[in-house]
Amino acid sequence: MSSLVKCPHCGLRPREEFTIRGEVPTPRPAAGADESVWFDHVYLRDNPRGQHREYWHHSGGCRRWLVLDRNTVTHETGDVVDASTLKSEGRA
Amino acid sequence: MRYSALSLLGNTFSKNKNWKPAWRNPDPKPRYDVIIIGGGGHGLATAYYLSKVFGVRNVAVLEKGYLGSGNIGRNTTIIRSNYLLEGNNPFYEFSMKLWEGLEQDFNFNAMVSQRGVINLYHSDAQRDAYTRRGNAMRLHGVDADLLDRDQVREKLPFLDYDNARFPIMGGLMQARGGTVRHDAVAWGFARGADQNGVDIIQNCEVTAIDRDGDQITGVQTTRGAIKCGKLAMAVAGSSSHVARMVDMHLPIESHALQAFVSEGLKPFIDTVVTFGAGHFYVSQSDKGGLVFGGDIEGYNSYAQRGNLACVEHVAEAGMAMIPALSRVRILRSWGGIMDMSMDGSPIMDRTHLSNLYFNGGWCYGGFKATPASGYCFAHLLATGTPHETATAFRMDRFARGYLLDEKGVGAQANLH
Ligand SMILES: Cc1cc2nc3c(=O)[nH]c(=O)nc-3n(C[C@H](O)[C@H](O)[C@H](O)COP(=O)(O)OP(=O)(O)OC[C@H]3O[C@@H](n4cnc5c(N)ncnc54)[C@H](O)[C@@H]3O)c2cc1C
Ligand SMILES: [Zn+2]
Repeated sequence: MSSLVKCPHCGLRPREEFTIRGEVPTPRPAAGADESVWFDHVYLRDNPRGQHREYWHHSGGCRRWLVLDRNTVTHETGDVVDASTLKSEGRA
Repeated sequence: MRYSALSLLGNTFSKNKNWKPAWRNPDPKPRYDVIIIGGGGHGLATAYYLSKVFGVRNVAVLEKGYLGSGNIGRNTTIIRSNYLLEGNNPFYEFSMKLWEGLEQDFNFNAMVSQRGVINLYHSDAQRDAYTRRGNAMRLHGVDADLLDRDQVREKLPFLDYDNARFPIMGGLMQARGGTVRHDAVAWGFARGADQNGVDIIQNCEVTAIDRDGDQITGVQTTRGAIKCGKLAMAVAGSSSHVARMVDMHLPIESHALQAFVSEGLKPFIDTVVTFGAGHFYVSQSDKGGLVFGGDIEGYNSYAQRGNLACVEHVAEAGMAMIPALSRVRILRSWGGIMDMSMDGSPIMDRTHLSNLYFNGGWCYGGFKATPASGYCFAHLLATGTPHETATAFRMDRFARGYLLDEKGVGAQANLH
């Protein structure tokens, strides 16, 4: 795993400051959505071998939720954005 | 050749020049009745029981690396059947019974050692939970004994009983639990299957799956195309990756788990012991090394290695339980990729394609399940119906709300 991660708010910070939550799932369905849509959201995972988009929490820093690209084989980390940008794009 | 005291003696007198390889190394045939993807413990056991119990012998096991290169050769070798839930317990007990007769059955020394497994408890609440689990086990005819502090101390005098945060109050013991030499399990099943005519094809990675409508017709591999009547997946940590070849989306995440072995010590720990206030489990191998492990790394990974943060975490948990470990040097550590399912229990079922079968989601408890998983998967492949002990492992249980959540932590793979 990269030992330094670039938080959009705090800059380059040690990996130990972050907590990894896991895969960014499909957008949260509406409360009344079909059960199959909820099933997909809660239980199914892409789990790719390669590029993976996941939620990270900068728990030892600004405490913002971030979305990060990471390669699940090499552990190289790529782009990091604040999770609210996904929301404004309707993807979370 | 059947292994026996006599064959050992005969080969000794002929200066060990006449031993034959334990299995063939065949080239793939154009077609098999059943192709099993994955030459780990579960794939090999499936081939063994298919050919031995169900009479299906035109079978190939395709393994992308060498035999035993996956989790079957990387685990901490613990076997037990101390499960609470109705859907789990009879299955793991079936596995334990198969372990008990396995070496005679496949004529191979797998060093099955029923040295006992002790789960420590550190609070009243934990004792109550263990009592409940022990009672559930007994109701299923499985052995379980609740030990108090003195009884544990007699067996394991070196634990930190008066740890200020996690005093040891006792333990739940399954005396029939223990350890098995993991590599020998792969080799024994491979040899047994091979003798029944199964082709074990190594260095043969499945790269695509061919289909015609809802029928699988065969697979593309690094050693050419092979046709099949039925296709069975048993690829553990690669489950999602292989399932994607047929557009299957699974309730599984892949996570790395590390294991460790220390320098050789004099006899010290003669059971398996697990910490109840953290995740740490340890036993001592016959060579004297302490074999131990802890939690998964906590992020999706297809790299068969872990990080230092987890090494530190495991070492801390170990020292909280056995302070004397501070003097012991770790010799080696390694990692494997776990197929973590969303409720912590396995999936063994038919799929949306009529002749494709799935076996995976074993999390970090699949070694103990190896014989029963092979038997039950062979049953499913041969008869089309689940074995009576494996009816709860259905693929659709998540959608139907019938989770098999032994640990009670919900749909978060990295908590199981
Ligand atoms: C460190 C560690 C400790 C563990 N400790 C325990 C324990 O104490 N007790 C316990 O019960 N369980 C334990 N486990 C879990 C257990 O080892 C696994 O659940 C079990 O081995 C998985 O089944 P398997 O043996 O079939 O897997 P594997 O041996 O991983 O077999 C899967 C095989 O599929 C092959 N494969 C993948 N993709 C392809 C492809 N496209 N084409 C062809 N082949 C492919 C892989 O190369 C691999 O050999 C542990 C696991 C690890 C990593
Ligand atoms: Zn930050």
